[in-house]
Amino acid sequence: MDRNRWLLPLLLMLFVGLGYAVLSIPEPVEGLPKMLVDNMELGGVSNPVTAVLLNFRGYDTLLEMGVLLVALLGVWSLGGMPDYHESSPGLVLDIMSRQLVPVLIIVAGYLLWVGADAPGGAFQAGALLGAAGVLLLLCGWRIGNKCSGLPLRILIVLGLGMFVMAGTGLLLIEGEFLQYPPPVASELILIIEAAATLSIGTTLAAMFLGSRPGEADK
Amino acid sequence: MEALTILNWALDGLLGVSLFSLAWLALASPDIFKAIVLFISFGLLMALAWVRLNAPDIALAEAAIGAGLTGALLLAAFARLKDNSTSVSDGEEIKSHMHHDSNELPK
Amino acid sequence: MSYVYLYALLGVGLFVLGLNALIVHAHLMRKILAVNVMSTGVFLVLVALSSRNEGILPDPVPHAMVITGIVVSVSATALALILMLKLNRATGKNELPDRSRD
Repeated sequence: MDRNRWLLPLLLMLFVGLGYAVLSIPEPVEGLPKMLVDNMELGGVSNPVTAVLLNFRGYDTLLEMGVLLVALLGVWSLGGMPDYHESSPGLVLDIMSRQLVPVLIIVAGYLLWVGADAPGGAFQAGALLGAAGVLLLLCGWRIGNKCSGLPLRILIVLGLGMFVMAGTGLLLIEGEFLQYPPPVASELILIIEAAATLSIGTTLAAMFLGSRPGEADK
Repeated sequence: MEALTILNWALDGLLGVSLFSLAWLALASPDIFKAIVLFISFGLLMALAWVRLNAPDIALAEAAIGAGLTGALLLAAFARLKDNSTSVSDGEEIKSHMHHDSNELPK
Repeated sequence: MSYVYLYALLGVGLFVLGLNALIVHAHLMRKILAVNVMSTGVFLVLVALSSRNEGILPDPVPHAMVITGIVVSVSATALALILMLKLNRATGKNELPDRSRD
């Protein structure tokens, strides 16, 4: 009981302090955004967020793909969660998912493509692919034994692998890690984004499943 | 122009109040299932807030991930939690597990 | 364009609300929800502060960071949920053992 009495005042003080700190941050002078706008034509894409994610701060995205991979490895290494109860999905969900999954895949492709110069990009497209995968898993679909081994793992590391390969290749050619030469920047970004989309979608769906696919059958 | 500004402020205020109260309800509701559903709706409203802040990219990501995938993950984990309790012991146990957690303050 | 400060304050509020729930509730599912609310609050502060200058475009760097953060937080949530299920499987409880209460 003693601890409780102090909790609320402390949290209120934290709120006031943080609020004051946030409100008193000085307005930024035109620094970073202006630099970005000035260098946009080097970026290869015209959507500033995609340019930042895949080009100017490519390291962030590279490491983030690593985080996703490590999280999935964590989930798998804890493995052995029971599968969901195999309940039949019901007619409506079954038909809906058959209609919806192709649409989701097309929309994901569209978002990936349009991400170069409009809101969209690898993460959104990957999330949609992941949602399609979750829908399939909910309907009782499971990945076949033939594909649950190496092909699935290749798909999962594809994003990180493509990123690292592109980075290393550019390190050898250009002398800088992840420094895209402007003439081919948009093509490189599209390739890396496509790989990242597939990986993100597969990883998210695999996380939803929980256990390592194929293990439950043993 | 003046009317538009007032309308914008009203929209922002309404959005802010509903976001905060949804988060509050989600974190305080005694039923975990209800808490998860409220959290999903909180994620959906967050997508609107991102649009208001001129961040359509984040709005797309939030709508797909925050509302869709996180909700699916949470509900799936909730279902497995229930399964677990049933297999470990009988129905009484679930009841105590599901409900006694609610608002216990540490003493 | 002062309405962005409303969202910044809302972000701070959500952070504190989540922190409160994280401390008060024992059930792990609630703790996971609380951490998610806290992270949303942090994202809200970041994005709100990035778009407060009128005239110039909102700064895309925090936007990119927040998109990255959302994806990271969903993967962290998935891992946390599996850990919770494992704990539930091992001990039959949905809470961490509290030595001071025994």
